[in-house]
Amino acid sequence: MFESIKKLFQKETSPEEKEPVVVSESETVPLSPQQVEDIIAHQSMQYELQQLIAASGQSVGKQRELNEDSILTITTTLAGNAGNIPFGLYIVADGMGGHQYGEIASNTAMRVFGGHIMRKFHPYLFSLPTAPLDESLQELMLAGVAQAQEAIQREAPGSGTTLTAALVLGDQVSIAHVGDSRAYSVYPDGRFDMITRDHSLVGRLEELGQITAEEAANHPQKNVLYRALGQGEVLEPDIFTASFPKKGNLMLCSDGLWGVLTEKDMHQAMSDADTLERACQNLVNAANAAGGPDNISVVLVKMVGQ
Amino acid sequence: MQSGVTLSERYLIQEVIGIGGMGSVYRARDLHFPNVVKLVAVKEMVNLAPDPQVRKTIIRNFEREANILATLTHPSIPSIFDYFSSDDRSYLVLEYINGQDLEAVVRDAEDFLSPAQVVAWGIELCDVLSFLHNHKPDQIIFRDMKPSNVMIDNRGHIMLVDFGIAKQFQTGQKGTMIGTEGYSPPEQYRGEATHLADIYALGATLHHLLTKRDPRLEPPFSFEERPIRDSNPDVFPEIEAVIARALTYEPKDRYPDIDEMKEALMAAARQTGLLARMPASKAIPAFQADGIKPLWKFKCEDEVRGTPTYFDNTIYVGCYDNNLYALNAADGVLKWKYPTEGGIVSKPAVFDKNIFFGSEDKRLHVINAYSGKIVWSHYADGPVRSSPRIAEGHVFIGSDDGVLHAVNSMTGRAVWTFSAAAAVRSTPFVANELIYVGSENGEFYCVDFKGKVKWQFRAKRGITSSPLVTEHAVYFTSLDGHLYALDPKSGWVLWKFRLGKGSVSSPTILDNLIYTGAADGFIYAIDLKTSKEAWRFRTEHQVTGSPVIYKDALYCTSIDSHLYCLDAKSGQLRWKYATEGPVTGSPLVYDDIVYIGSTDHQIYALLA
Repeated sequence: MFESIKKLFQKETSPEEKEPVVVSESETVPLSPQQVEDIIAHQSMQYELQQLIAASGQSVGKQRELNEDSILTITTTLAGNAGNIPFGLYIVADGMGGHQYGEIASNTAMRVFGGHIMRKFHPYLFSLPTAPLDESLQELMLAGVAQAQEAIQREAPGSGTTLTAALVLGDQVSIAHVGDSRAYSVYPDGRFDMITRDHSLVGRLEELGQITAEEAANHPQKNVLYRALGQGEVLEPDIFTASFPKKGNLMLCSDGLWGVLTEKDMHQAMSDADTLERACQNLVNAANAAGGPDNISVVLVKMVGQ
Repeated sequence: MQSGVTLSERYLIQEVIGIGGMGSVYRARDLHFPNVVKLVAVKEMVNLAPDPQVRKTIIRNFEREANILATLTHPSIPSIFDYFSSDDRSYLVLEYINGQDLEAVVRDAEDFLSPAQVVAWGIELCDVLSFLHNHKPDQIIFRDMKPSNVMIDNRGHIMLVDFGIAKQFQTGQKGTMIGTEGYSPPEQYRGEATHLADIYALGATLHHLLTKRDPRLEPPFSFEERPIRDSNPDVFPEIEAVIARALTYEPKDRYPDIDEMKEALMAAARQTGLLARMPASKAIPAFQADGIKPLWKFKCEDEVRGTPTYFDNTIYVGCYDNNLYALNAADGVLKWKYPTEGGIVSKPAVFDKNIFFGSEDKRLHVINAYSGKIVWSHYADGPVRSSPRIAEGHVFIGSDDGVLHAVNSMTGRAVWTFSAAAAVRSTPFVANELIYVGSENGEFYCVDFKGKVKWQFRAKRGITSSPLVTEHAVYFTSLDGHLYALDPKSGWVLWKFRLGKGSVSSPTILDNLIYTGAADGFIYAIDLKTSKEAWRFRTEHQVTGSPVIYKDALYCTSIDSHLYCLDAKSGQLRWKYATEGPVTGSPLVYDDIVYIGSTDHQIYALLA
């Protein structure tokens, strides 16, 4: 029941002006926005077991014709002796390369990398494996990147893609990262901790003090990456494990979002939202309102319960 | 291609000798010489690009390589014999070089390559680049100088291979990415490629050969931040300076031509006497223990294999003469000794003015820290080699009877036992009301306070190492040769790091690094997040003790009889001290003093 009220209210910008909504035969009065918020706040406290919730948003943007970004969100729990462990796999890939190969590259990265991880976890999700996983999560991700690299070079030679993938298991998140899509730990107070590092040529020149931040922002090659999936003979992805941001969100996004909005803008867009879905949508809308020069992708993940 | 295939009715393919982005290189026999075995290299290019534009470019590059090679004659450039295409494949037939490429050479070398050897190759590379740069009518820019494009033949000379690159640089929108090789100079991103680019790339190649650090795995243009001598102090500063100049960011600051670089390299080699002493003998930094005198020594009646504990100006340490010794920490004078009926190999624990320790007499002994009088003891069914862990009013300790014992720390009453599948010599770790411990058959257990298994993990061999638990992970080593990081709640392997051999050493952490020793004789420092090696330090024998951090230093013992003090950040040796026998236990550092026991029967106190 609350869900239906929530949905109705969310579609409207000014719920106060709406007619009373009859939700049952008995006599009712509309809930004030304050009451709805209280209900939602109350609801969010009802998560008893630790679990993940995730949402995503995507847009082709205002200036591109094609969407060359790919995303994947898988959220579940792994049942086992140690209880139900939250499990999530989240990917943002931003493809590039002429001849419409960018789309193929990001898609291939997402399918091949995601496929590799999920095949390994399939027995733990759906059967009762007798043997533990032989590889560590970091090794698993490294192998996934290598397979994706090979597949892109085979299926879309000359193209490339970023890949920022987060594998959440329990309280830990393992990240595989190539290129300039980003992962952040986002906190309710507006703090954005970037947990990946862009493999961007211009960013590197800025680090070296060869160009200023201003020059970097307007650099003609600001989109050139020094590492990308599908490019180069040797690829060294950044692979590491961090703690899942408790009391905050994990955010993955392409440069169509972070390149357009400041952290303050992003915080604003998120704090206006009462759900993760709405927060994603607000972020996408804000990036489009700012010109939407590139494809926009965002994934938000939250740990609730316990 | 399978071996046994004959190309053009002439080249009998024998085996793959290299794999590139577009195809492979094979060793083949030229059948036009039926009476002798004439070997050739066949470079195959498979053109699968669906886009006709891309296909054309690829073919053009390949033809270009054939044409360049056909016009060049130089001892360091392979001869070309033939060129042909069939379907979507093109082939170059080249002089076969019996050798290995430099990338493989540097990768497979266990230690640093000899600087003299690298400089000699550098001079040969200058020669061949000079030949290309001075080529008439058109100068040739190699544009792809890197270790994998340099072959070392079986006489130790260099051959430049792979003239196939023609990387065009386009500016503009995202989509024209440059797959930098890490050896390319910054100006290549602006589309410039002059002979100064080859000079930079040669500098980058020599840098890689001397440091063993692959620039493709580092941020671009980071050579300046990574001086050669930081990685490899055996390289002379003069050599470092020559390579640094080749690697300057601005092309105009480099050597104006390759001949000048060659001269500088030769001058530096002469100056340092480098070329005279080939092959260079491996110099071991001469850190002698001359200046270091122990504050005191104490002699027991048998080997000291355990680790000391400090409490209230007293050092407590067990010995294989079956005694637990209490020594005055300041001067090493004996306060008392407590006899058990077995050797003591573990580290005593202190709680509530009592000393807790296990003995091979199958008992957990609890004695008064001041008087050395027995308070209580607990019997196991096997020798006790695990060290006690005291938490929440309980003592947790393993035994060779395959049981983890939980005993009330006040009364000595057994509360519960947990049966492992094999002997428990690992010391339990207690965190978040969970107990973590390894066992000798490789099982690792996470048990709750009631003795019920929460999760378990199996390594391929025994876990004698004692776990270290943080909010992020459970860390321990195994005899299977790995350092493991497991999720503390579920036991999933977050990462594992491959050590050279098995390990019984227990890890320790400082900031972002985790340290452990292994039977391969190394002390390792591994990044906690990325599981990448930060440094390793070679001792002369197995490292069975556990490293200990004190301030910014790492202290670790080795079976080679030394105690080492290293800089924890860099792994540089600060000092070492030789005891008179192998050291198996771990040091204890308290109040700027290091205490160790040795199998030479002695206990030492040294200034940290």
